[in-house]
Amino acid sequence: MGKNRNGHAPVSAERLEKALTGIAGFDEVTNGGVPKGRPTIVCGGPGCGKTMFAVEFLVRGATEYNEPGVLMTFEETSEEMAKNVASLGFDLKGLAARKKVVLEYVRIEPAEIYETGEYDLEGLFVRLQHAVDRIGAKRVVLDTVEAIFSGFGNAGLLRAEIRRLFRWLKDRGLTTVVTAEKGEGTLTRYGLEEYVSDCVIFLDHRVTDQISTRRLRVVKYRGTSHIADEVPFLIDERGFSVLPSTSMKLSHVVSNQRVSSGVADLDEMLEGKGFYRGSSILVSGTAGTGKSTLAAHFAQQTCRDGERCLYVALEESPAQATRNMKSVGVDLEKYVRKGLLRFEAWRPTQSGLEMHLLQIHKLVEQHKPTAVVIDPITNLLLGNRNELHSMLMRLIDFLKTKQITGFFTALTSGRNKEIEESDVGISSLIDTWIFARDVELNGERNRCIYVLKSRGMAHSNQVREFLMSKEGIRLLPVYVGSGAVLTGSARLSQEARERAENVLRQQTKVEQRRVLEGKRKALEAQIEAMRSEFAQEEARVALVTKQEERRERDLSQDMLEMVSFRGGARQGKTGERNGRVGDGYEG
Amino acid sequence: MKAKVGESKRGKGANGTDGGRLMELRLYVAGQTPKSLTALANLKKICAEHLEGRYRLHVIDLLKTPQLAQNDQILAIPTLVRKLPEPIRKIIGDLSDQNRVLVGLNLLETEGGK
Repeated sequence: MGKNRNGHAPVSAERLEKALTGIAGFDEVTNGGVPKGRPTIVCGGPGCGKTMFAVEFLVRGATEYNEPGVLMTFEETSEEMAKNVASLGFDLKGLAARKKVVLEYVRIEPAEIYETGEYDLEGLFVRLQHAVDRIGAKRVVLDTVEAIFSGFGNAGLLRAEIRRLFRWLKDRGLTTVVTAEKGEGTLTRYGLEEYVSDCVIFLDHRVTDQISTRRLRVVKYRGTSHIADEVPFLIDERGFSVLPSTSMKLSHVVSNQRVSSGVADLDEMLEGKGFYRGSSILVSGTAGTGKSTLAAHFAQQTCRDGERCLYVALEESPAQATRNMKSVGVDLEKYVRKGLLRFEAWRPTQSGLEMHLLQIHKLVEQHKPTAVVIDPITNLLLGNRNELHSMLMRLIDFLKTKQITGFFTALTSGRNKEIEESDVGISSLIDTWIFARDVELNGERNRCIYVLKSRGMAHSNQVREFLMSKEGIRLLPVYVGSGAVLTGSARLSQEARERAENVLRQQTKVEQRRVLEGKRKALEAQIEAMRSEFAQEEARVALVTKQEERRERDLSQDMLEMVSFRGGARQGKTGERNGRVGDGYEG
Repeated sequence: MKAKVGESKRGKGANGTDGGRLMELRLYVAGQTPKSLTALANLKKICAEHLEGRYRLHVIDLLKTPQLAQNDQILAIPTLVRKLPEPIRKIIGDLSDQNRVLVGLNLLETEGGK
């Protein structure tokens, strides 16, 4: 019925214009708020928060979007209403005094009304018009208009009048929120949604395991994409806030930047560079496997790099956690004092999952960290695994869009088991999953750690032994041999054995080298000896040759002299020679 | 189904009606609509027949003075408000059922309980 009536609007071909409500998260869920200039129904059971939603829509409009509004209440007087919302920080009286808001209380007292013949609700229209005119209102809240059904008998007439009212609001372009009580099996008790075809929002408040959760669902939103899932919301001292669940697209900006895990050996297992910035890291394992220690190292490293970190501890108080971490060489207090590290702790049972999420949201907005540590994330869970899953998804989504690295620890219950089935569910959300477990062997319990998966990097497939000391964490390669992984003292003894063998081998090597060296030296000495022998021989030979030459020369001289003594026949020929020689003699 | 109009000049009628007292009446209308005109005509008739000289009537047109609607918490149009004597009573509609109007104004004993 309502649809046909609205079908006439030629503007439907255009984009539906929206009015920002100013309610945190809601405008995201609906891609821009409620339909502008049209009525929207907000329905739900008693105490579901529909009045809070409506009032915040009005107050934000008046204070943030310069759209004054009329708050027409049917069940609470203006004074009561002002008092009720004062706890959310809304000053209705002040806004009314500044002509930003008109508070109009419509009292319906069935006892004093007699019906005699035909009537209509023109008085309501007159009053609304008058209120709108007084401040030039752009927004209207009717809370809860269906109260008129209790005051008047002619239901058929009332329906017609309500339909007329919605049309009237639309004609005047008033962005309106109409609250309505949930009915049995219907969205609203009086079927008001029939008359509002543009936007219907359903609020739900339920308590499971003594923990209350509030949820909001956009039942219908004509001509616009919206998130159809139930999304959690909260009402706290800041007002109404809706937590947008997963954005439907996986369109986070991804970073190639790496951040150190704070443990050099772990970085080494992750290509030597650590995690990707903005990725989600899960360390899961049984109790006492060093999950918190790893988390603390990561937090410390983040702060050491001059970045801000939010550490949410759900098991220990900040004081206890910092003290404990000191024992493994992590001084978190220092960074808390510097203002880099924000340490928050609260009891997981304190509130529902949504409250945790919101608290984390708020802290992230305030502290603006580049890394968030939640230790342990499993503590948020009381009962329902699916809820944790969806919460984790929303949390990771939120962190990823902000390029914040998320480091979570998860406590698993089984001992010495492979990955628990329940963990598989969250695996898809996690980029780097580190698994810590203990190994019992030879009467010892030793910690082991391995990287189960790490998206986008060639991570080590080794199982390492996890050693904690005052100097921090060491991840040692475990001894793998004869089908068994050795850790602890078994590894130590194996290592000692290996060391001894090593020393022996080393010694042999040194000995051999020494022998060889000796040989070389001996050989060299020999060569030297032979070389000097040869040199002596050479010298001797040279001397002998010289002597021989001299003797030969002397001999020939003597012979010549003898010839000249003999003289005579060969005078002429030898005369010259003799003469010369003779000269010598004569001189 | 006794229908007896109170007779005493002041104070409550012997039968518990407000018949003898001065009535201050306001009729709220919104423009000259057929329903409003009918209501006014019916009211005048009732007053003439049952309240001769003992009533004051103001007709308030909310189109002219909308600010007056809140005080008497007017929603339905037309609404007849009996301001005096107290308590305030409201009769809505075109006042075509005279008996009901009289009951509403407490000029007639309650018919069958309601």
